[in-house]
Amino acid sequence: MPERVRPGFLGYKRPDGRVGTRNHLLVVPTVICASVVAERIAAAVGPACAALPHLAGCGQLGPDMRVTHDTLAAYCAHPNVGAVLVVALGCEQVMANVLADVARQHRKPVAIVAIQSEGGTVRTIEAGTRIGLELSATISTQEREWCDIADLVLSLKCGGSDYTSGLASNPALGRVTDRLVAAGGSAVLGEIAEIMGAEHLLAARATRPATAAQLIQVITRVETETRALGLDIRGTQPSPGNIRGGLTTIEEKSLGATHKGGEHAPLEDVVAYAAPIRRKGLTVMDTPGLDVEAVTGMVGGGAQVVVFTTGLGTPTGNPIAPVIKVTGNARTAQHLADNIDVDVSGIMDDSETLASAADRLFLEILAVASGRPTATETLGHREFAIHRRNPTI
Amino acid sequence: MKSVLVISARDNVATALVPLDAGTRLDLDGTTVVVCDVIPTGHKVAIASIRAGEAVIKYGSPIGAASADIAPGAHVHIHNVASNRGRGDLSGSAGESRLAEPT
Repeated sequence: MPERVRPGFLGYKRPDGRVGTRNHLLVVPTVICASVVAERIAAAVGPACAALPHLAGCGQLGPDMRVTHDTLAAYCAHPNVGAVLVVALGCEQVMANVLADVARQHRKPVAIVAIQSEGGTVRTIEAGTRIGLELSATISTQEREWCDIADLVLSLKCGGSDYTSGLASNPALGRVTDRLVAAGGSAVLGEIAEIMGAEHLLAARATRPATAAQLIQVITRVETETRALGLDIRGTQPSPGNIRGGLTTIEEKSLGATHKGGEHAPLEDVVAYAAPIRRKGLTVMDTPGLDVEAVTGMVGGGAQVVVFTTGLGTPTGNPIAPVIKVTGNARTAQHLADNIDVDVSGIMDDSETLASAADRLFLEILAVASGRPTATETLGHREFAIHRRNPTI
Repeated sequence: MKSVLVISARDNVATALVPLDAGTRLDLDGTTVVVCDVIPTGHKVAIASIRAGEAVIKYGSPIGAASADIAPGAHVHIHNVASNRGRGDLSGSAGESRLAEPT
Protein backbone atom coordinates (compact mmCIF):
# COMPACT_ATOMS: atom_id res chain seq x y z
CA MET A 1 0.00 0.00 0.00
CA PRO A 2 1.39 3.43 -0.89
CA GLU A 3 2.43 5.62 2.00
CA ARG A 4 -0.14 8.30 2.74
CA VAL A 5 0.96 11.73 1.58
CA ARG A 6 1.79 13.92 4.57
CA PRO A 7 -0.07 17.20 4.83
CA GLY A 8 1.96 20.34 4.20
CA PHE A 9 1.87 23.87 2.87
CA LEU A 10 3.70 26.23 0.55
CA GLY A 11 5.99 28.30 2.77
CA TYR A 12 9.18 30.33 2.63
CA LYS A 13 12.28 28.31 3.55
CA ARG A 14 14.64 30.70 5.33
CA PRO A 15 18.46 30.51 5.34
CA ASP A 16 18.41 29.84 9.13
CA GLY A 17 16.32 26.69 8.57
CA ARG A 18 13.01 28.14 9.76
CA VAL A 19 9.87 28.28 7.62
CA GLY A 20 7.66 31.33 7.07
CA THR A 21 4.07 31.66 5.87
CA ARG A 22 4.53 35.32 4.84
CA ASN A 23 7.40 37.34 3.37
CA HIS A 24 7.22 40.76 5.01
CA LEU A 25 9.71 43.59 5.09
CA LEU A 26 9.55 44.53 8.77
CA VAL A 27 9.97 48.21 9.64
CA VAL A 28 10.70 48.17 13.37
CA PRO A 29 10.93 51.32 15.49
CA THR A 30 13.27 50.95 18.46
CA VAL A 31 11.10 53.27 20.56
CA ILE A 32 7.66 54.92 20.59
CA CYS A 33 9.32 58.15 19.37
CA ALA A 34 10.17 56.46 16.05
CA SER A 35 6.78 54.73 15.62
CA VAL A 36 5.08 57.30 13.36
CA VAL A 37 8.12 57.53 11.08
CA ALA A 38 8.22 53.72 10.86
CA GLU A 39 4.51 53.57 9.99
CA ARG A 40 4.89 56.19 7.24
CA ILE A 41 7.86 54.38 5.72
CA ALA A 42 5.89 51.11 5.70
CA ALA A 43 2.87 52.81 4.10
CA ALA A 44 5.10 54.31 1.38
CA VAL A 45 6.87 51.02 0.61
CA GLY A 46 3.67 48.99 0.12
CA PRO A 47 1.36 46.29 1.44
CA ALA A 48 4.00 43.55 1.99
CA CYS A 49 5.80 45.95 4.31
CA ALA A 50 4.75 45.74 7.97
CA ALA A 51 5.51 48.39 10.55
CA LEU A 52 5.72 47.45 14.21
CA PRO A 53 4.56 50.61 16.01
CA HIS A 54 4.73 50.26 19.81
CA LEU A 55 4.56 52.31 23.00
CA ALA A 56 7.79 51.19 24.67
CA GLY A 57 11.55 51.21 24.17
CA CYS A 58 12.59 53.83 26.73
CA GLY A 59 11.91 54.79 30.36
CA GLN A 60 11.47 51.13 31.24
CA LEU A 61 12.90 49.22 34.18
CA GLY A 62 15.04 46.08 33.85
CA PRO A 63 12.54 43.27 33.31
CA ASP A 64 10.18 45.34 31.12
CA MET A 65 13.11 46.64 29.06
CA ARG A 66 14.22 43.03 28.56
CA VAL A 67 10.75 41.97 27.40
CA THR A 68 10.50 44.94 25.00
CA HIS A 69 13.91 44.21 23.52
CA ASP A 70 13.36 40.46 23.31
CA THR A 71 9.95 40.89 21.67
CA LEU A 72 11.29 43.28 19.01
CA ALA A 73 14.29 40.99 18.46
CA ALA A 74 11.96 37.98 18.11
CA TYR A 75 10.05 39.77 15.34
CA CYS A 76 13.35 40.64 13.58
CA ALA A 77 14.24 36.92 13.68
CA HIS A 78 10.75 35.67 12.74
CA PRO A 79 10.46 33.44 9.65
CA ASN A 80 7.47 35.47 8.33
CA VAL A 81 9.94 38.36 7.92
CA GLY A 82 12.22 38.39 4.86
CA ALA A 83 14.11 41.61 5.61
CA VAL A 84 14.33 44.21 8.38
CA LEU A 85 14.57 48.00 8.44
CA VAL A 86 15.25 49.38 11.94
CA VAL A 87 14.05 52.95 12.56
CA ALA A 88 15.86 54.51 15.51
CA LEU A 89 15.60 57.87 17.21
CA GLY A 90 19.16 57.96 18.55
CA CYS A 91 19.00 58.38 22.34
CA GLU A 92 16.73 55.49 23.36
CA GLN A 93 17.36 52.37 25.46
CA VAL A 94 16.62 49.77 22.77
CA MET A 95 19.73 49.57 20.62
CA ALA A 96 19.16 49.65 16.87
CA ASN A 97 22.40 47.84 16.10
CA VAL A 98 21.52 44.99 18.48
CA LEU A 99 18.20 44.46 16.67
CA ALA A 100 20.01 44.65 13.31
CA ASP A 101 22.53 42.06 14.53
CA VAL A 102 19.69 39.67 15.37
CA ALA A 103 18.35 39.98 11.80
CA ARG A 104 21.90 39.42 10.43
CA GLN A 105 22.37 36.31 12.58
CA HIS A 106 19.23 34.93 10.91
CA ARG A 107 20.77 35.89 7.54
CA LYS A 108 18.17 38.49 6.63
CA PRO A 109 18.99 41.68 4.68
CA VAL A 110 18.87 44.56 7.18
CA ALA A 111 19.38 48.33 7.34
CA ILE A 112 19.11 51.10 9.98
CA VAL A 113 17.89 54.70 9.66
CA ALA A 114 17.99 57.08 12.65
CA ILE A 115 15.93 60.25 13.01
CA GLN A 116 18.58 62.26 14.90
CA SER A 117 21.34 61.45 12.40
CA GLU A 118 19.22 61.64 9.20
CA GLY A 119 17.94 65.06 10.28
CA GLY A 120 14.26 64.84 11.19
CA THR A 121 10.99 63.23 10.15
CA VAL A 122 10.95 64.11 6.45
CA ARG A 123 14.55 63.10 5.71
CA THR A 124 14.19 59.84 7.67
CA ILE A 125 10.98 58.91 5.85
CA GLU A 126 12.69 59.70 2.53
CA ALA A 127 15.82 57.65 3.32
CA GLY A 128 13.80 54.84 4.91
CA THR A 129 11.42 54.60 1.97
CA ARG A 130 14.28 54.41 -0.52
CA ILE A 131 16.08 51.70 1.47
CA GLY A 132 12.76 49.94 2.15
CA LEU A 133 11.97 49.73 -1.58
CA GLU A 134 15.39 48.19 -2.22
CA LEU A 135 14.96 45.62 0.58
CA SER A 136 11.46 44.88 -0.64
CA ALA A 137 12.72 44.23 -4.18
CA THR A 138 15.47 41.97 -2.80
CA ILE A 139 13.05 39.67 -0.96
CA SER A 140 10.28 39.76 -3.58
CA THR A 141 12.03 37.11 -5.69
CA GLN A 142 11.86 34.46 -2.96
CA GLU A 143 9.36 31.76 -3.92
CA ARG A 144 7.19 29.48 -1.84
CA GLU A 145 8.23 25.83 -1.54
CA TRP A 146 6.52 22.72 -0.21
CA CYS A 147 6.98 22.48 3.57
CA ASP A 148 6.00 19.65 5.89
CA ILE A 149 3.22 20.18 8.44
CA ALA A 150 5.83 19.53 11.16
CA ASP A 151 7.29 22.97 10.33
CA LEU A 152 4.04 24.69 11.39
CA VAL A 153 3.76 26.45 14.76
CA LEU A 154 0.15 27.40 15.44
CA SER A 155 -0.88 30.03 17.99
CA LEU A 156 -4.16 29.11 19.72
CA LYS A 157 -6.21 32.09 20.88
CA CYS A 158 -9.76 32.90 21.87
CA GLY A 159 -11.38 36.26 22.52
CA GLY A 160 -14.85 37.72 22.86
CA SER A 161 -15.90 34.29 24.10
CA ASP A 162 -19.49 33.23 24.64
CA TYR A 163 -21.19 29.91 25.34
CA THR A 164 -20.54 28.73 21.76
CA SER A 165 -16.75 29.05 22.23
CA GLY A 166 -16.54 26.15 24.68
CA LEU A 167 -19.07 24.04 22.77
CA ALA A 168 -18.12 24.56 19.10
CA SER A 169 -15.13 26.68 18.01
CA ASN A 170 -12.69 25.70 20.77
CA PRO A 171 -13.41 21.94 20.53
CA ALA A 172 -13.06 22.16 16.71
CA LEU A 173 -9.71 23.93 17.12
CA GLY A 174 -8.75 21.35 19.76
CA ARG A 175 -9.22 18.55 17.22
CA VAL A 176 -6.96 20.46 14.82
CA THR A 177 -4.35 20.82 17.59
CA ASP A 178 -4.42 17.10 18.33
CA ARG A 179 -4.05 16.32 14.61
CA LEU A 180 -1.23 18.85 14.10
CA VAL A 181 0.72 17.64 17.14
CA ALA A 182 0.22 13.97 16.18
CA ALA A 183 1.74 14.84 12.77
CA GLY A 184 4.82 16.36 14.41
CA GLY A 185 3.81 20.04 14.43
CA SER A 186 3.64 22.55 17.27
CA ALA A 187 0.97 24.64 18.97
CA VAL A 188 1.14 27.30 21.66
CA LEU A 189 -1.50 28.26 24.20
CA GLY A 190 -1.23 31.53 26.17
CA GLU A 191 -3.50 33.53 28.49
CA ILE A 192 -2.53 32.11 31.86
CA ALA A 193 -5.54 33.66 33.63
CA GLU A 194 -7.77 31.72 31.24
CA ILE A 195 -6.19 28.41 32.16
CA MET A 196 -7.06 29.10 35.82
CA GLY A 197 -9.61 26.44 36.78
CA ALA A 198 -8.58 24.06 33.99
CA GLU A 199 -4.89 23.62 34.86
CA HIS A 200 -5.49 20.14 36.28
CA LEU A 201 -6.46 18.91 32.80
CA LEU A 202 -3.32 20.33 31.13
CA ALA A 203 -0.93 19.41 33.97
CA ALA A 204 -2.09 15.78 33.66
CA ARG A 205 -0.87 15.80 30.03
CA ALA A 206 2.63 17.13 30.83
CA THR A 207 5.42 14.85 29.58
CA ARG A 208 7.74 15.84 32.47
CA PRO A 209 6.87 16.48 36.11
CA ALA A 210 8.89 19.74 35.92
CA THR A 211 6.65 21.02 33.10
CA ALA A 212 3.50 20.35 35.13
CA ALA A 213 5.10 22.11 38.12
CA GLN A 214 6.02 25.12 35.91
CA LEU A 215 2.44 25.39 34.66
CA ILE A 216 1.06 25.42 38.20
CA GLN A 217 3.75 27.92 39.20
CA VAL A 218 2.83 30.52 36.53
CA ILE A 219 -0.87 30.13 37.28
CA THR A 220 -0.25 30.52 41.02
CA ARG A 221 1.83 33.64 40.27
CA VAL A 222 -1.01 35.29 38.32
CA GLU A 223 -3.49 34.35 41.04
CA THR A 224 -1.17 35.61 43.79
CA GLU A 225 -0.64 38.92 41.96
CA THR A 226 -4.40 39.41 41.71
CA ARG A 227 -4.81 38.67 45.40
CA ALA A 228 -1.87 40.93 46.35
CA LEU A 229 -3.64 43.83 44.66
CA GLY A 230 -6.63 43.08 46.89
CA LEU A 231 -8.73 42.90 43.74
CA ASP A 232 -11.42 40.55 42.63
CA ILE A 233 -10.65 39.02 39.23
CA ARG A 234 -14.40 38.92 38.61
CA GLY A 235 -14.28 42.60 37.58
CA THR A 236 -12.48 41.61 34.38
CA GLN A 237 -12.63 37.81 34.15
CA PRO A 238 -15.07 36.90 32.80
CA SER A 239 -15.55 40.21 30.95
CA PRO A 240 -18.97 41.92 30.96
CA GLY A 241 -19.54 40.61 27.42
CA ASN A 242 -18.62 37.07 28.49
CA ILE A 243 -21.19 37.33 31.32
CA ARG A 244 -23.94 38.54 28.97
CA GLY A 245 -23.03 35.58 26.77
CA GLY A 246 -23.73 33.19 29.66
CA LEU A 247 -20.25 32.61 31.13
CA THR A 248 -20.41 32.86 34.92
CA THR A 249 -16.89 32.35 36.32
CA ILE A 250 -13.25 32.29 35.20
CA GLU A 251 -13.23 28.54 35.84
CA GLU A 252 -16.05 28.06 33.33
CA LYS A 253 -14.34 30.33 30.80
CA SER A 254 -11.02 28.50 31.28
CA LEU A 255 -12.52 25.02 30.89
CA GLY A 256 -14.05 26.13 27.58
CA ALA A 257 -10.90 27.99 26.49
CA THR A 258 -8.52 25.14 27.25
CA HIS A 259 -10.35 22.96 24.70
CA LYS A 260 -8.23 24.79 22.10
CA GLY A 261 -5.26 22.74 23.28
CA GLY A 262 -7.00 19.49 22.27
CA GLU A 263 -7.64 16.44 24.40
CA HIS A 264 -4.57 14.32 23.70
CA ALA A 265 -1.64 16.56 22.68
CA PRO A 266 1.03 16.16 25.39
CA LEU A 267 2.11 19.36 27.15
CA GLU A 268 5.81 19.61 26.31
CA ASP A 269 6.91 22.99 27.63
CA VAL A 270 6.09 26.22 29.48
CA VAL A 271 7.91 29.36 28.22
CA ALA A 272 8.15 33.05 29.09
CA TYR A 273 6.44 35.86 27.14
CA ALA A 274 7.64 36.02 23.50
CA ALA A 275 10.38 33.45 24.28
CA PRO A 276 11.22 30.89 21.57
CA ILE A 277 8.91 27.88 21.30
CA ARG A 278 11.58 25.20 21.73
CA ARG A 279 9.76 21.91 21.46
CA LYS A 280 7.40 20.20 19.02
CA GLY A 281 3.99 19.49 20.51
CA LEU A 282 1.98 21.71 22.84
CA THR A 283 3.62 24.65 24.67
CA VAL A 284 2.04 27.04 27.18
CA MET A 285 3.35 30.62 27.02
CA ASP A 286 3.11 33.00 29.98
CA THR A 287 0.99 35.76 28.41
CA PRO A 288 -1.79 37.96 29.75
CA GLY A 289 -5.34 37.40 28.54
CA LEU A 290 -5.51 40.73 26.70
CA ASP A 291 -5.91 39.58 23.08
CA VAL A 292 -3.36 41.75 21.29
CA GLU A 293 -0.64 41.32 23.95
CA ALA A 294 -1.21 37.56 23.94
CA VAL A 295 -1.04 37.22 20.13
CA THR A 296 2.01 39.55 20.01
CA GLY A 297 3.82 37.24 22.45
CA MET A 298 2.87 33.95 20.78
CA VAL A 299 3.90 35.20 17.31
CA GLY A 300 7.14 36.44 18.89
CA GLY A 301 7.69 32.88 20.14
CA GLY A 302 7.66 31.69 16.54
CA ALA A 303 4.03 30.97 15.60
CA GLN A 304 3.58 31.60 11.86
CA VAL A 305 -0.24 31.31 11.87
CA VAL A 306 -2.75 32.28 14.58
CA VAL A 307 -6.17 30.63 14.94
CA PHE A 308 -8.43 32.89 16.97
CA THR A 309 -11.85 31.60 18.04
CA THR A 310 -14.56 34.09 18.99
CA GLY A 311 -18.19 33.99 20.05
CA LEU A 312 -19.12 37.66 20.03
CA GLY A 313 -16.67 38.58 17.24
CA THR A 314 -13.51 40.72 17.29
CA PRO A 315 -11.40 42.24 14.52
CA THR A 316 -7.77 42.17 15.77
CA GLY A 317 -4.83 40.79 13.79
CA ASN A 318 -1.03 40.91 13.87
CA PRO A 319 1.55 42.80 11.76
CA ILE A 320 3.39 39.70 10.45
CA ALA A 321 1.19 36.63 11.07
CA PRO A 322 -2.18 35.80 9.50
CA VAL A 323 -4.92 35.50 12.14
CA ILE A 324 -7.79 33.13 11.22
CA LYS A 325 -11.07 34.04 12.95
CA VAL A 326 -13.40 31.15 13.76
CA THR A 327 -16.86 31.41 15.30
CA GLY A 328 -19.47 28.96 16.51
CA ASN A 329 -22.06 31.72 16.85
CA ALA A 330 -24.33 31.84 13.79
CA ARG A 331 -25.40 35.42 14.48
CA THR A 332 -21.78 36.61 14.72
CA ALA A 333 -20.90 34.74 11.51
CA GLN A 334 -23.53 36.86 9.73
CA HIS A 335 -23.42 40.09 11.70
CA LEU A 336 -19.60 40.41 11.70
CA ALA A 337 -19.14 38.55 8.41
CA ASP A 338 -16.22 40.73 7.28
CA ASN A 339 -14.19 39.70 10.35
CA ILE A 340 -14.92 35.95 10.25
CA ASP A 341 -12.95 33.41 8.18
CA VAL A 342 -14.48 30.11 9.30
CA ASP A 343 -18.06 29.56 10.46
CA VAL A 344 -18.46 26.42 12.60
CA SER A 345 -21.92 27.31 13.97
CA GLY A 346 -23.30 24.15 12.35
CA ILE A 347 -21.90 22.29 15.37
CA MET A 348 -24.41 24.15 17.56
CA ASP A 349 -27.52 23.26 15.53
CA ASP A 350 -26.34 19.73 14.62
CA SER A 351 -26.11 20.59 10.89
CA GLU A 352 -22.37 19.79 10.92
CA THR A 353 -20.35 17.33 12.98
CA LEU A 354 -17.40 18.46 15.07
CA ALA A 355 -15.15 16.21 12.93
CA SER A 356 -16.30 17.85 9.69
CA ALA A 357 -15.85 21.37 11.07
CA ALA A 358 -12.35 20.46 12.31
CA ASP A 359 -11.47 19.07 8.86
CA ARG A 360 -12.54 22.33 7.20
CA LEU A 361 -10.55 24.37 9.72
CA PHE A 362 -7.45 22.20 9.20
CA LEU A 363 -7.59 22.74 5.42
CA GLU A 364 -8.16 26.48 5.88
CA ILE A 365 -5.04 26.69 8.07
CA LEU A 366 -2.95 24.99 5.38
CA ALA A 367 -4.40 27.32 2.71
CA VAL A 368 -3.67 30.40 4.83
CA ALA A 369 -0.17 29.11 5.60
CA SER A 370 0.28 28.83 1.82
CA GLY A 371 -0.70 32.46 1.22
CA ARG A 372 -4.50 32.78 1.28
CA PRO A 373 -5.19 36.15 2.98
CA THR A 374 -7.28 36.19 6.15
CA ALA A 375 -9.94 38.79 6.97
CA THR A 376 -7.45 40.51 9.30
CA GLU A 377 -4.97 40.87 6.43
CA THR A 378 -7.55 42.06 3.90
CA LEU A 379 -8.88 44.64 6.36
CA GLY A 380 -5.41 45.77 7.48
CA HIS A 381 -5.76 44.70 11.12
CA ARG A 382 -2.13 44.74 12.33
CA GLU A 383 -2.50 45.28 16.07
CA PHE A 384 0.70 44.90 18.10
CA ALA A 385 1.22 45.45 21.85
CA ILE A 386 4.15 44.38 24.01
CA HIS A 387 3.18 43.16 27.46
CA ARG A 388 4.47 45.35 30.31
CA ARG A 389 4.23 44.73 34.04
CA ASN A 390 6.06 47.62 35.74
CA PRO A 391 5.60 51.40 35.85
CA THR A 392 7.26 53.61 33.25
CA ILE A 393 10.04 55.74 34.77
CA MET B 1 -31.93 20.34 17.55
CA LYS B 2 -31.79 19.86 21.31
CA SER B 3 -33.00 22.69 23.57
CA VAL B 4 -30.28 22.14 26.17
CA LEU B 5 -26.86 20.47 26.22
CA VAL B 6 -25.39 18.50 29.13
CA ILE B 7 -21.67 18.20 28.40
CA SER B 8 -20.55 15.64 30.99
CA ALA B 9 -22.51 13.03 32.94
CA ARG B 10 -21.07 14.61 36.12
CA ASP B 11 -22.56 18.05 35.35
CA ASN B 12 -25.31 19.54 37.53
CA VAL B 13 -26.06 22.29 34.98
CA ALA B 14 -27.10 22.26 31.32
CA THR B 15 -26.53 24.98 28.67
CA ALA B 16 -29.61 26.40 26.92
CA LEU B 17 -29.25 26.20 23.13
CA VAL B 18 -32.48 28.18 22.64
CA PRO B 19 -34.26 30.68 24.94
CA LEU B 20 -36.22 28.73 27.57
CA ASP B 21 -39.43 30.02 29.15
CA ALA B 22 -40.40 29.25 32.73
CA GLY B 23 -42.51 26.08 32.68
CA THR B 24 -40.56 24.40 29.85
CA ARG B 25 -40.11 20.65 30.50
CA LEU B 26 -36.65 19.24 29.89
CA ASP B 27 -36.43 15.47 29.43
CA LEU B 28 -32.88 14.47 30.28
CA ASP B 29 -31.72 10.86 30.38
CA GLY B 30 -34.43 9.53 32.62
CA THR B 31 -35.11 12.65 34.69
CA THR B 32 -37.44 15.53 33.98
CA VAL B 33 -36.63 19.09 34.99
CA VAL B 34 -39.16 21.91 34.82
CA VAL B 35 -37.53 25.26 34.06
CA CYS B 36 -38.55 27.82 36.69
CA ASP B 37 -36.84 30.99 35.33
CA VAL B 38 -36.43 32.59 31.92
CA ILE B 39 -33.11 31.23 30.58
CA PRO B 40 -31.45 33.17 27.72
CA THR B 41 -29.61 31.22 25.01
CA GLY B 42 -26.15 30.20 26.19
CA HIS B 43 -27.01 30.54 29.86
CA LYS B 44 -27.13 27.65 32.32
CA VAL B 45 -30.05 25.89 33.96
CA ALA B 46 -29.67 23.68 37.05
CA ILE B 47 -30.54 20.03 36.36
CA ALA B 48 -30.09 18.95 39.99
CA SER B 49 -30.55 20.51 43.40
CA ILE B 50 -27.38 22.39 44.38
CA ARG B 51 -26.99 23.51 48.00
CA ALA B 52 -25.25 26.77 48.92
CA GLY B 53 -21.50 26.09 49.10
CA GLU B 54 -21.62 23.04 46.82
CA ALA B 55 -19.69 22.91 43.56
CA VAL B 56 -21.41 23.85 40.32
CA ILE B 57 -20.16 21.33 37.74
CA LYS B 58 -19.87 21.91 33.96
CA TYR B 59 -17.50 20.14 31.51
CA GLY B 60 -17.21 17.60 34.36
CA SER B 61 -15.20 20.09 36.47
CA PRO B 62 -16.13 22.66 39.14
CA ILE B 63 -16.80 26.14 37.72
CA GLY B 64 -17.42 27.72 41.15
CA ALA B 65 -19.54 27.32 44.26
CA ALA B 66 -23.25 27.97 44.71
CA SER B 67 -23.69 31.18 46.73
CA ALA B 68 -27.34 30.26 47.46
CA ASP B 69 -29.43 27.11 47.32
CA ILE B 70 -30.26 26.43 43.65
CA ALA B 71 -33.37 24.43 42.73
CA PRO B 72 -33.53 22.20 39.63
CA GLY B 73 -34.77 24.32 36.71
CA ALA B 74 -33.35 27.59 38.06
CA HIS B 75 -31.15 30.01 36.12
CA VAL B 76 -27.51 29.49 37.22
CA HIS B 77 -25.35 32.58 36.79
CA ILE B 78 -23.47 35.30 38.69
CA HIS B 79 -26.39 35.87 41.09
CA ASN B 80 -26.05 32.38 42.59
CA VAL B 81 -22.56 31.16 41.68
CA ALA B 82 -19.21 32.55 42.87
CA SER B 83 -15.76 31.87 41.46
CA ASN B 84 -13.20 30.28 43.78
CA ARG B 85 -10.22 31.66 41.87
CA GLY B 86 -8.27 34.93 41.73
CA ARG B 87 -10.27 36.37 44.59
CA GLY B 88 -8.09 39.12 46.09
CA ASP B 89 -11.22 40.44 47.78
CA LEU B 90 -11.26 37.34 49.99
CA SER B 91 -8.48 36.57 52.45
CA GLY B 92 -6.41 33.45 52.00
CA SER B 93 -3.47 32.05 50.10
CA ALA B 94 -3.22 31.35 46.38
CA GLY B 95 -4.43 28.03 45.14
CA GLU B 96 -6.62 27.43 48.15
CA SER B 97 -10.21 26.75 47.14
CA ARG B 98 -12.62 29.06 48.93
CA LEU B 99 -16.34 29.13 49.26
CA ALA B 100 -18.30 32.26 48.59
CA GLU B 101 -19.59 34.24 51.51
CA PRO B 102 -23.29 33.59 52.14
CA THR B 103 -25.51 36.31 50.72
